Amino acid sequence: MDLEPTDEQRMIVETVRRFVRDEIVPLEADLDPDASALVPEDHERLVEKVRSMGFYGLDIPVAYGGPDIDIVTRTLMAIEMSQHRAGLYTPCYGVFGGAGLAQLFEANDEQKDRYLYPTLRGEKKGFFGLTEPSGGSDPARAIETSAVKDGDDWVLNGAKIFISGADMADYGIVFARTDPSRGRDGITCFIVDTDMPGFHVRRVVHTLRSTSYATELQFEDLRVPSKNVLGEVNRGFAIANDRLSRQRIPYAAGCIGVAQKAQEMTIAYSKQRETFGEVLANRQSIQWMIVDNEIDLRTSRWLTLAAADKAERGEPFRTEAAMAKLVATEASGRVVDRAIQVHGGYGVTKDLPLERWYRELRIRRIGEGPSEVQRLIMARDLIGGAFH
Amino acid sequence: MRLRLDKPWTPLTDETVKRIPGQLGVYELADESGRVLYVGMAGGRSLFGLRGEIGQHAGGTATQFRYEVNMQYLTRHQELLMLHVADTGELPELNRTNPPARLGRIG
Ligand SMILES: Cc1cc2nc3c(=O)[nH]c(=O)nc-3n(C[C@H](O)[C@H](O)[C@H](O)COP(=O)(O)OP(=O)(O)OC[C@H]3O[C@@H](n4cnc5c(N)ncnc54)[C@H](O)[C@@H]3O)c2cc1C
Repeated sequence: MDLEPTDEQRMIVETVRRFVRDEIVPLEADLDPDASALVPEDHERLVEKVRSMGFYGLDIPVAYGGPDIDIVTRTLMAIEMSQHRAGLYTPCYGVFGGAGLAQLFEANDEQKDRYLYPTLRGEKKGFFGLTEPSGGSDPARAIETSAVKDGDDWVLNGAKIFISGADMADYGIVFARTDPSRGRDGITCFIVDTDMPGFHVRRVVHTLRSTSYATELQFEDLRVPSKNVLGEVNRGFAIANDRLSRQRIPYAAGCIGVAQKAQEMTIAYSKQRETFGEVLANRQSIQWMIVDNEIDLRTSRWLTLAAADKAERGEPFRTEAAMAKLVATEASGRVVDRAIQVHGGYGVTKDLPLERWYRELRIRRIGEGPSEVQRLIMARDLIGGAFH
Repeated sequence: MRLRLDKPWTPLTDETVKRIPGQLGVYELADESGRVLYVGMAGGRSLFGLRGEIGQHAGGTATQFRYEVNMQYLTRHQELLMLHVADTGELPELNRTNPPARLGRIG
């Protein structure tokens, strides 16, 4: 396996790197340090620029108009795209476009017309509603939201928590229990319009991220027509799992990007800051932090590229994606923590992006399946289903 | 945490502004009757945090203020605006000149 970038990959990476440094980073000087959106004029201008570069709609399949870029190259690009203050959760402030909810590619033609294509055109927004107050790590058991068939409709009752973007969405993908006797084979995935009677956003859930919140939802006799079932009845869990596995690679890549930037800043600062008559870079304890950062970075990078490589070759990559997610989220947290230490007091100020990355990286060890769940997934694969 | 900012109002004068902390957070301004005119925030680029932001409004149409120190100032600000819209059907008067690009719905 050769994970050295090809000449073409190097060129693409260099183009994205320049875009981030020349176009994105300078705009951040005028934004709130926790901001996650550009002013609309800048956003539109940069979207046009990305289109002209041929990179717009990066995670949209080629068949739907996305660029023909393989998964390894996309991973390398994702590592570059997060190297700015808002980059972890809003790489390049979304100017590379996106597919939104990957599950919609599995929708039928009529559903694609109503939800997927308007989403790709930027006319509709969706949310992903899996987690419930009863727990998110093991949704197959925890989902209590019920969907009961009534004529040609399903009637949903229940609650969801930590759902990002539901208050601004036009529709959402909601998982509900349709057969209480069948565990993971009794869950169905529904597309729910947010203007349907019985759909409520009950509150905003504030987290470490100041810029963006999650929401708590309640469904009260929410009537969803059968034509809004995504996939098959009682087969919704496969759709949820597929999405979670695929998402882990770019999720890991984003963490690596900010950690790489933090390491760059750390090396530069250590060469410039003097204490007790010497620059910090001459102190062994500081050198070791930089070396430990590099080990964390390279381990994360190789595991993530290896997962991308397997996915690209069409081989099973669940263990690799889980390992990449686990290692990259934990290692990048350590890198940014050491970077803050080397920067001293400045490290925790809002003058530098380190404190934002520090807060946001903490969430990455929980979102998209916490570290313990990643270990569980790998153990299942390694030992062979013993924990099912 | 309470959903709405229901603390008592303080008169908006140069003297009371001096006692506001320089921290980050959110605030509301009101007229004499307690009608909310503006929901604002002191973010990471505010030079003197809440004191600086609220102080700029002294001598304007608002006569009272209340605030909440909050590091989640961006999401809390959006939440307060969403609650105001849910309660009254519209943005506070002084927020309408520069409305947020996007605002969620709650209720
Ligand atoms: C900011 C944010 C945004 C989110 N956005 C969304 C969203 O848009 N849509 C959505 O559906 N969800 C979303 N989530 C939910 C997220 O996916 C869940 O928080 C996550 O899956 C964990 O679920 P939980 O919080 O209920 O923890 P629990 O499932 O209650 O677990 C608690 C802890 O126990 C650990 N644990 C669980 N099982 C085991 C075990 N067998 N052995 C050892 N340890 C174990 C877990 O790792 C965790 O650390 C979001 C969460 C956050 C914080």
